[in-house]
Amino acid sequence: MRRLLTILIMLGVIAAIAGWFLSAPKPLFAAGDKSLESGGNVERGRQVFFAGGCASCHATPGQSDRLKLGGGVEMPSPFGSFYTPNISPHPTDGIGSWTVADLANAMMAGVAPDGSHFYPAFPYTSYAGAKIDDIRDLMAFLRTLEPVAGKARDHALPFPFNIRRGLGLWKLAFFRPEPVRDDPAQTPEWNRGHYLVESLGHCAECHSPRNFLGAITAAQRFAGGPDPEGKGWVPNITQSENGLKTWDKADFVQLLEFGLTPEADTVGGSMGSVVKNMAELPKPDLEAMATFLKSLPAREGPPKPAK
Amino acid sequence: MKSNWIVAGILMAGAAIAAGSVMAQSDPIAQRKAIMKAMGDAGRAPAAMLKGEPFALAPVQAALQAMQAAGKQGPALFPDTSKTGDTAALPKIWETRNDFNAKFAKLEKDATEAMSTIKDEASFKAVYPALLRDCGACHSDYRARR
Repeated sequence: MRRLLTILIMLGVIAAIAGWFLSAPKPLFAAGDKSLESGGNVERGRQVFFAGGCASCHATPGQSDRLKLGGGVEMPSPFGSFYTPNISPHPTDGIGSWTVADLANAMMAGVAPDGSHFYPAFPYTSYAGAKIDDIRDLMAFLRTLEPVAGKARDHALPFPFNIRRGLGLWKLAFFRPEPVRDDPAQTPEWNRGHYLVESLGHCAECHSPRNFLGAITAAQRFAGGPDPEGKGWVPNITQSENGLKTWDKADFVQLLEFGLTPEADTVGGSMGSVVKNMAELPKPDLEAMATFLKSLPAREGPPKPAK
Repeated sequence: MKSNWIVAGILMAGAAIAAGSVMAQSDPIAQRKAIMKAMGDAGRAPAAMLKGEPFALAPVQAALQAMQAAGKQGPALFPDTSKTGDTAALPKIWETRNDFNAKFAKLEKDATEAMSTIKDEASFKAVYPALLRDCGACHSDYRARR
C-alpha cells in the first residue's frame, strides 16, 4: 500500500515535470534579437495593420480614433472575458519598448517578451502564417502612432483558464504554426487572397466553430457557427447551400468594400468593424480575397437553430 | 341630420387611426422590421449600380427616401417594452440610448443631404458609400450577428 502510494506520487511528480517542459513557450526569435530592426516600410505596414484588423480589437473603446491603440476592449468567450492589451507605442504601458522580433514572437508564436504565453483570443494561430516582412512593416507603422498611457485591465478568467503556462499544452495540442504557402497551380490573385484570408485577415477565427477547448474544428473551417461572444450566429462563408454558394466574386468584393450583402443589407456585429478595415486596403486586395473565398469548398457547420 | 353622419364618420375614422397607431405601438418589432425591409428593398437597385449596373437617379432617390424615413421613425420603434421577442436588437441599444438615436439622426441627415448632392454616377459613387457606413455603424454596435 505504502509502495503504491510512493509510485503514484512519483508518477505525479514526473507528470508535473513533463508538463512543465511540454508547456514551455517556444519563441521564434531570441529575446533582444535586433536582426529585424531595419527596413520596415510605414505605408506597407499601414496596409498590414488594416488587413490584420488590429484596430478592431485594440482601439480604445468609447472614442472614434481607430489609431489610438490603448486596448481594453472586452472579448467575452465561453472561458471568461478577455481584455485586449495596449499596443500603442507607449514605452511602459504599450509595446514601445518591443523589437520587431518581439512583435514576431507575439504574432507568430503567441509568446510575450517576458516569455509567457498569449491566449489564442489573440489570433496568432492565423498570424503565424504571416510573412516576416509584413511583421517588420507593421512594426514600422505602429511606431508612428500616438503613445497611449494606461495599461488595460487583466483578463477575467476563472481557474484553470487563468494559468497561462497551461496554454503551452493547448499549443502542443492545437497550434501548428506554418507559413501560408502559395499554390503554384493557382493564379497570383488567388494566392494573394489565400494569404490575406488565412493569415492577416484571420477570417477563420470567427467564421469557424470551435471545440470545447476553444480550438477551431478543422473539418468545419469557415462553416460558421454560434457567436462565441454571445447572441447571434456567425455565417457559413463556404460555397455550401447553407453558405454563400449563390454569391459571385463581385458580391464578395461588395461585402468587403461596403459591407453590403446581395440582399442590400449591411453587415453588423464585429464584421462592421472588419468592413472599416477593408475600406483601407487597395481594391485588388479585396478582389484577391473574393477570388479565394469564392473557391472555398462547401463545408457544413453546426446546424443553425430555427428562429 | 346629415352633419351628424359626417361627425360620426370623422369620429370613426379618428378611432380607426387611433386603433391603427395603438396596433403599431403594440408591435414595434414588426414595424421596425418593416422599415428595415423597405430600406433593403429600395437599396437593391443602388447596390447593383455600385457593382456596375448603369446608373439611374430615380431608384437612388427612392432608396434615399426610405433611409430618410427610417432615420426619422427609427428611435420611436425601439421602446423599452421591445427588448425581447423575435428580434436581433442588442440590449446595448437601451444602455447607450443617446448614441443609438444619434445614429438614426445621422442617417436621416445624410440621406436628406444626399438627395441634392447625388446627381450623376460620379457623385453617386462618391456619396452613397457613406450612407452604407451609416447603416453599418448601427448594425455593428446594436444588431446581433445572424
